[in-house]
Amino acid sequence: MAEVSAETRQAHWRKTSTLTYVILALWFLFGYVVPWFAKELDAASFLGFPLGYYFIVQGSLIIFVLLIVVQNIFQDNIDEEHGVAEE
Amino acid sequence: MNAQAQGTRFVDKLGKVYGLYTLGFLGFFALMAIIEQFGVGARTIGVLFLLFTLAIYATIGWLSRTMQVDAYYVAGREVPSLYNGMATAADWMSGASFVALAGGIYFGGYPYLGFVIGWTGGYVLVNALMAPYLRKFGCYTVPDFIGTRYGGNLARFCAVFVLVVASFTYVTAQINATGTIAARALDIPFEFGVWFGLLGILLCSMLGGMRGVTWTQVAQYIVLIIAYLVPLIWMSNEQGFGIIPHFGYGEAAQRIQQLEAEYGLQPAAEAVAGLKVLTTAHFDPQTSLDSWKFVTLALCMMAGTASLPHILMRYFTTPSVRQARKSVGWSLFFIFLLYFSAPALATLTKLQLLDPNLATAVVGKAVEDVMALEWIQNWAHVGMLAVQDQNADGIVQLNEFFMRPDIVVLATPEIAGLPYVISGLVAAGGMAAAMSTADGLLLAIANALSHDLYYKIIDPQADTRRRLVVARVLLVGIGVLAALVASLKLTGILGAVAWAFCFACSGLFFPLVLGIWWKRANREGAIAGMIAGFLAGSIYLYHVYGGGAQLWSIDHLRFGMIGMPVSLVVMVVVSLMTPEPDAETQAMVDETRIPTGDPILAETH
Repeated sequence: MAEVSAETRQAHWRKTSTLTYVILALWFLFGYVVPWFAKELDAASFLGFPLGYYFIVQGSLIIFVLLIVVQNIFQDNIDEEHGVAEE
Repeated sequence: MNAQAQGTRFVDKLGKVYGLYTLGFLGFFALMAIIEQFGVGARTIGVLFLLFTLAIYATIGWLSRTMQVDAYYVAGREVPSLYNGMATAADWMSGASFVALAGGIYFGGYPYLGFVIGWTGGYVLVNALMAPYLRKFGCYTVPDFIGTRYGGNLARFCAVFVLVVASFTYVTAQINATGTIAARALDIPFEFGVWFGLLGILLCSMLGGMRGVTWTQVAQYIVLIIAYLVPLIWMSNEQGFGIIPHFGYGEAAQRIQQLEAEYGLQPAAEAVAGLKVLTTAHFDPQTSLDSWKFVTLALCMMAGTASLPHILMRYFTTPSVRQARKSVGWSLFFIFLLYFSAPALATLTKLQLLDPNLATAVVGKAVEDVMALEWIQNWAHVGMLAVQDQNADGIVQLNEFFMRPDIVVLATPEIAGLPYVISGLVAAGGMAAAMSTADGLLLAIANALSHDLYYKIIDPQADTRRRLVVARVLLVGIGVLAALVASLKLTGILGAVAWAFCFACSGLFFPLVLGIWWKRANREGAIAGMIAGFLAGSIYLYHVYGGGAQLWSIDHLRFGMIGMPVSLVVMVVVSLMTPEPDAETQAMVDETRIPTGDPILAETH
């Protein structure tokens, strides 16, 4: 296996970190900011649920699953782009 | 070699094996439903359910027996992501999730929903910060990573210590749960139930180690998810919320808020020890304190998720880094199936009891009629439920109906008037949930002690046979110790679980994250961070639990809020005050960050 150069490593890690920070920012938004304002959000409703309640029992959970899937798709692309993907 | 060959063949036909298994389980369920119609008693059905599922797990455990180190510690690193996802979900969803979570939501209202967010959102952290990198590292256990990344036996030992405290706290709660379920289903005393549960747990894990636990956990996930969803869907159909209630029970939640206003949420005139009346609104953050309680609980649970070794080590079993990431996605998906059902279950069960338009309602009915109900008598008989006419008006008021939160899920089929076969199914599901988590935890503890403490620190010359014998002796010893502690019934199920998360995140979260994400982190910093975080958290727990004043309204369920910041600050400060790690260590961190190339630790080590 070819040795991975220091520049490639750096570029790969820069992109990986940026992706991670974006994902963590969204995670913070739906895991903390939205629940914090649940009472205010309850003024609106969605599928018959008060909106704040909806996020906590369902909406945020769905978003968490999607965050992982999306991060993995982007990460696979980053790995391939820099020639460090497996197989 | 024979075992290896068998293992490979088994991995190739997983779909077929587990497909047949699921059909077989559903067939068994149908058979039980039929014999119930022929008049076979409730107790017999309960016993058959438990024994049938246990026999299957034990068989899988026997077939997975191994004498190879990598099969024993990391299931030979050949578990496909989908199945690792199921196994992780079973590993993750404990007796607390299955038995106690819906009950907690039922009684605790908004702040308790922090568990739902916390126990799912944690996986975003696992995926973003930990799992792929730890898989690349190629370790057998979590202290293996700490010991190699930071170097030295002291760092390794600290990690082992935190792991043992956190996991042991957790495992006693799980054995407690198996005891409770076995006691109720088999009609034996709790103390015997505990030993019965332990026997089942050891049958799964002792012979096959991680390989045995992996394949039984997949089987246990299938049982537990069926057992959770069937009563919910059944109840939903009877109440008219459709086949899939999850997207349509909003009206039920709003109806409850209406009923609560009608009945009034007052504390009981006279409390009953160990039981609760409903005093918290179903969903209504009253003040900003509620929001604060919500986010602090969620934060402790999320960071705890990302530091609990029995979860992290599941991602060491996949064939590649990419598969490890994928399997985190599958894990959360399978966990999500149960967690977005729990609030629905709590809501519909509460409506069954409260809504006077439903035949099953209890509140607002005559006390005499309610006392005559069979399920009320059954649970009152074991002291887990009570109806007392404290204002002597002959009507059951909301604050005269007492219940132990832990029984909400187990009692739901009876509350909703479902046939007994459903109760048997739920008991089997609860047993599967508690057993699978206990398996993972016991293995995490025994592996850390046998691999990190015995092999890496005490006797590095030990041969394979000796290592695996030591691992098994430790497994049995710790299991027995945990069962002894569990039979003392020191804590409730949900409380002990929250403690385990707080111990784990106080001691391990930052040393793990910074080990990958901050090259400058060094041995001195990691050791200081682990010790300071763990001590600060533990001392605060001792202080608050003993009745001391709370800091910023942080109670004993959230003591990670104290441990984590201390750990972070101490680790960063001490790292910066001491020399940076050598070039070799920094190169190791670089290597961890890319998926290709050899693992840091050799295939078998």
